[in-house]
Amino acid sequence: MLDIRLTHRQGAFGLDVAFESGDAMVTALFGPSGSGKTSVINMVAGLVRPDRGRILIDGRVLFDSADGTDLAPARRRVGYVFQEGRLFPHYSVRGNLTYGMRLTPPAERFVRFDEVVDVLGIGPLLERRPASLSGGEKQRVAIGRALLASPRLLLMDEPLAALDGPRKAELLPFIALLPRRFGVPILYVSHAIGEVLRLADRLVLMDAGRSVASGPVEEVMAGPAFAALSGESAVANVVATRVAGHDRADGVTRLAFAGGEIRVPLIEAPEGAALRVRIDAGDVMLSLARPVGLSVRNILPARVRELRPDGGMVDVILDVGSSGPAATVCPLHARISVQACRDLDPAVGRDLFALIKSAAISRADIALHEPAGRIS
Amino acid sequence: MPVLTPLEIEALRLSLWVSVWAVAASLPLGIACAWILARLRFPGKSLLDGAIHLPLVLPPVVVGYALLVLFGRQGAIGRTLFALTGFSFAFNWKGAALASAVVSFPLMVRAIRLSLESVDRGVEAAAATLGAGPVRVFFTVTLPLAMPGVLAGVILAFARSLSEFGATITFVSSIPGQTRTLPLALYALTQVPGGEAPAFRLCVISVAIAFATLVAADALARRIDRRMRG
Repeated sequence: MLDIRLTHRQGAFGLDVAFESGDAMVTALFGPSGSGKTSVINMVAGLVRPDRGRILIDGRVLFDSADGTDLAPARRRVGYVFQEGRLFPHYSVRGNLTYGMRLTPPAERFVRFDEVVDVLGIGPLLERRPASLSGGEKQRVAIGRALLASPRLLLMDEPLAALDGPRKAELLPFIALLPRRFGVPILYVSHAIGEVLRLADRLVLMDAGRSVASGPVEEVMAGPAFAALSGESAVANVVATRVAGHDRADGVTRLAFAGGEIRVPLIEAPEGAALRVRIDAGDVMLSLARPVGLSVRNILPARVRELRPDGGMVDVILDVGSSGPAATVCPLHARISVQACRDLDPAVGRDLFALIKSAAISRADIALHEPAGRIS
Repeated sequence: MPVLTPLEIEALRLSLWVSVWAVAASLPLGIACAWILARLRFPGKSLLDGAIHLPLVLPPVVVGYALLVLFGRQGAIGRTLFALTGFSFAFNWKGAALASAVVSFPLMVRAIRLSLESVDRGVEAAAATLGAGPVRVFFTVTLPLAMPGVLAGVILAFARSLSEFGATITFVSSIPGQTRTLPLALYALTQVPGGEAPAFRLCVISVAIAFATLVAADALARRIDRRMRG
């Protein structure tokens, strides 16, 4: 587990960050550029020394201003995948991969060379020089190099930012399987929502040098701070689902979640696969009675839990789910206008129906993601 | 190709010997000074910078005279050095090498410093996160990446050593077989009647060596470049 508390001042820029990773395998640092994300991981790596604070990984102190502990980067056992790769140009791919591995005492190595080469698919590149690799290949080698030093934590600073769209989509699955395959937790810097949806269990929001929110991805993404930071008009629901089945003839995939079942445009994913679905609160409609003669496919019984006025709009927080003794419910945000709220009068505790248009959920809103659960 | 005379062979061998020693012995110090100037910030840095570059702007005779005062038989450092170790720079090839090293030092440091400054600090940081301490980072990342500049510095210093004249003749005189390198032999020939023809031959030899040095340096630089590009 990661436990970080840092304050730092550099010129006019102040950094004030505190968060824990809990049992998350992937913790994402999310925020606009210049919000201090990279500064934070540079401090975790020991490349920048914070004014005060402490950095602990699984209880091991890397830095503590209170007692003067400040381990050198070489002694932190923290891997770092940089945005631009930063491979050694004068070594072959093999030389790059084994650089950190050879500096790790054999007793502390838990990542095997052959396995990394196999998983990352870099076998054919071993004798090449970095200069002759493509951007995606370079990043895979950089990931392998960091992993092979058997780190206790892997830092990734927007490792996909320098790649074009198809290359991003190619590399993302590799990164997604690292934590489980090698048992190394990741602190992942990004400002791409899709990457966070796909990879992160936990989310830390950064704005102007401060950590403004942190917690499970579903919670933080549904919070007002995330909406403000991501430039979205409304908060977003992030719902953990599993593929219940496909109606191929109709071009629909059925996803089961704690609140019932929703239908989305057909997705190529095996039955049982864990998917995260992002539903804008603005795409959730409310109806007092079960509607008939409507094109909307997803009609979910819900109960009003809370009302949050926000300017000319109201966030209605619902508990969605079937009634009954063993019922499970799932929170769902709906954003409606003040006027609609007045007409509808959704008082707390009132039962109504939440409507979600299948077509409002695009492929980009759906990401494969196995729920958190740390392998020990 | 006309066969070289014994005198020419002697001057040529001595020149190469002196220059190789001058460059080889000053290279570690040159790299250290270049690294200090490229990477550290401390009060008095411009003073050190100035002191290293001084031989570049001083008349070589001044350098030679300063060496004589410091490292001569009766010199402040030379006398103690001889008393303690029996080692002396006075009027032998070691003195010639010292004179060459001093005048060519700024050229060497300059080239190495420039290439050290251009080494990507991010790649060094990457090595540190992989478990490499500062010394290992220097020898496995910084120095190899600065190699083109180190090579350029070595070539420049070597060429400057080969052509060294003023400081050498002032410090260790012109003793055949000991300190009479190619330029000194050439000068000696121009001072005697009938020396024009042999002097001309030495000129040709000098040009040939200088040219060969440049060609060899270029070939080496290409090889280093190829290694980096894979």
